[in-house]
Amino acid sequence: MVQEARTDRGSALSLPRPEEAYRDMLRVRHVAEKAYELFLKNYIHGTMHLGVGQEAVAVGVAATLKSGDYTLGTYRGHNHVVARGAPLDACFGELFGREIGLCKGKGGSMHLTSVEHGCLGSYAIVGAHLPIACGTAWSARLLGTDSVTSCFFGDGATNIGAFHEALNLAAVWKLPVIFVCENNLYMEYTPIANVTAVPRPAADRASAYGLESIVVDGNDIEAVYNVAAKAVQRARAGEGPSLIEALTYRQRGHSRTDPGRYRPSEEVAEWLERDPVTSFARRLENAGWTLDELARIEEAVVAEVEEAAERALASPPPGPEELFTDVFCGSNTSWRN
Amino acid sequence: MPVLTYRQALNEALREEMNRDESVFCLGEEIGRFGGSYRVTEGLLDEFGPERILATPISELGIIGLATGAAMTGLRPVAEIMTINFIMVGMDQLVNNAAKIPYMFGGEAQVPIVVRTPSGAGHQLTAQHSQVLEVWFAYVPGMYVVAPSTPADAKGLLKTCIRDNNPILFVENVLLYNDKGEVPDGEHIVPLGKAAIRREGDDVTIVSYSRMVNVALQAADALADDGISAEVIDLRSLRPLDMDTVLASVRKTNHAMIVHEGWRKYGAGAEIAAQIQELAFDYLDHPVQRVTGAEVPLPYAQSLEAAALPQLEFVVDGARTMVGKR
Ligand SMILES: Cc1ncc(C[n+]2csc(CCOP(=O)(O)OP(=O)(O)O)c2C)c(N)n1
Ligand SMILES: [Mg+2]
Repeated sequence: MVQEARTDRGSALSLPRPEEAYRDMLRVRHVAEKAYELFLKNYIHGTMHLGVGQEAVAVGVAATLKSGDYTLGTYRGHNHVVARGAPLDACFGELFGREIGLCKGKGGSMHLTSVEHGCLGSYAIVGAHLPIACGTAWSARLLGTDSVTSCFFGDGATNIGAFHEALNLAAVWKLPVIFVCENNLYMEYTPIANVTAVPRPAADRASAYGLESIVVDGNDIEAVYNVAAKAVQRARAGEGPSLIEALTYRQRGHSRTDPGRYRPSEEVAEWLERDPVTSFARRLENAGWTLDELARIEEAVVAEVEEAAERALASPPPGPEELFTDVFCGSNTSWRN
Repeated sequence: MPVLTYRQALNEALREEMNRDESVFCLGEEIGRFGGSYRVTEGLLDEFGPERILATPISELGIIGLATGAAMTGLRPVAEIMTINFIMVGMDQLVNNAAKIPYMFGGEAQVPIVVRTPSGAGHQLTAQHSQVLEVWFAYVPGMYVVAPSTPADAKGLLKTCIRDNNPILFVENVLLYNDKGEVPDGEHIVPLGKAAIRREGDDVTIVSYSRMVNVALQAADALADDGISAEVIDLRSLRPLDMDTVLASVRKTNHAMIVHEGWRKYGAGAEIAAQIQELAFDYLDHPVQRVTGAEVPLPYAQSLEAAALPQLEFVVDGARTMVGKR
């Protein structure tokens, strides 16, 4: 990542590298837009869950992390993997099921993973990765590294047992983990409020388990950055886990085949008005960036995304031998001696 | 006779049973206003209200556990698990509790629950959304595993299962929901544990269940062109397992092949093959053959997914080889 000098105009903002963060927001957004376009053109099969509208959460948290920190997420995981810096051609390659893909074309949209960039998996069983995040945090403890784990999940995951077990494990052992609930108001189609008796499905429970519990405007990247930076600092200092409930909105349907008609149109309009990318652009403008500069940043990102998609499309599908690789891992027999 | 889709047949069974017996209720994720992931409960909320069509949080363990308690106290719950992949989250309730309560408590209590869920691959949904896991449950004494392959059976078996007093895993299939077929109106009951002979034949017995029955039937067509007459048996349930029908056929054809979508080792085919050799060894002219899914988590890329699923050619070629006509 390029070190960007902190300029005067940036000093009005809390993000240390605002322009880089904006570029990341745009990358995440345009990867989603391109993926959507290519899904319609049948280059992407199966299913796909876009996080359009939720970009500030992934990018705001990623901006607080450093190399060696871990990130785990869900099937709605493109945002987080892109925000951690995974190469875009390999991201697209995975969506297309090509050799160049992050998972060699075997995982697809729901399982984007880039260990090199700290991304230890996108998981498609709701809630299942929260205890895994406790494990990566425990290994930081035992191995004596200062690694912090960030674990993203939806509001719907707060009603599954794994969420509750993981929160307790993290709290009782003061694990260096940050749980980030992206509360986008809906599970698949039903509002989370219909099936949860407390107003803040994640935060209201977290405090009961003894976690630092934070609610934040998830469409405000600066706000997300500020609370995440504090949580990461606490975790690194051995002061224990935090849970951030980021209030945000899924601008599209649950998955590609869902037009999302069950959402009241005023609600959709209100949240589109609060789009995290355009809000951040407005803030940059107020802080001194010209519209022209911002447009040039976006043009460059669009070109980068287009080129990445082209490279991925040029990659062949995985060879038939890939069907049987990686089922079992190479045996290590050194322990026998 | 009316022609319905597999999905509509299931819907009709639920509606009829809920009308017939007030103790029947449904619970599951998104089953209310949205009619469930595969729209099987469509329209039932309007007809029966939110207490008998109970839309739950994402809580599979809670769903099956609640169903168990309700069943012990006089209700007949029909739980929907969005896909069989998520059932593992609630498996403890099914295997440790529901399937054992009658025995463990010396017959003091019964657990008449039906857990409906679709199994199977075919939409490039990859490793955590494409599994065939029903055989795990067929291993457990104390519960049944039922898997209809036609719309008529979907209705008739679901009605029977709802009336049965045992915990039952009712396995649907993601690729069968739109299949159409004739379905008897009203009271249509298919007995548990009675396999169906879908096509009669003399040279080879192909045993299957759920979606793979269709593959077996296509194979039988192809084999007929070669002058090989295949008998296709649809098991309809893995437990109870109707070996009488299978054995009678094998004694006639002297050749047995089992076709299923799930993994090979320890799969349903292993049990059926074992019973065939135990009970009809002297009738076999050839070792029992199995055509199954490849032993891998399902991959995403189209070419890899296709290669992981049992192919029609494997069934046809296997049967040809077995009867010595290559
Ligand atoms: C254990 C389990 N149950 C059900 C599903 C099916 N499912 C996939 S996404 C989803 C909704 C999840 O909602 P939420 O946690 O709010 O995340 P969002 O999709 O809004 O990001 C459901 C029910 C699943 N994947 N895993
Ligand atoms: Mg949600």
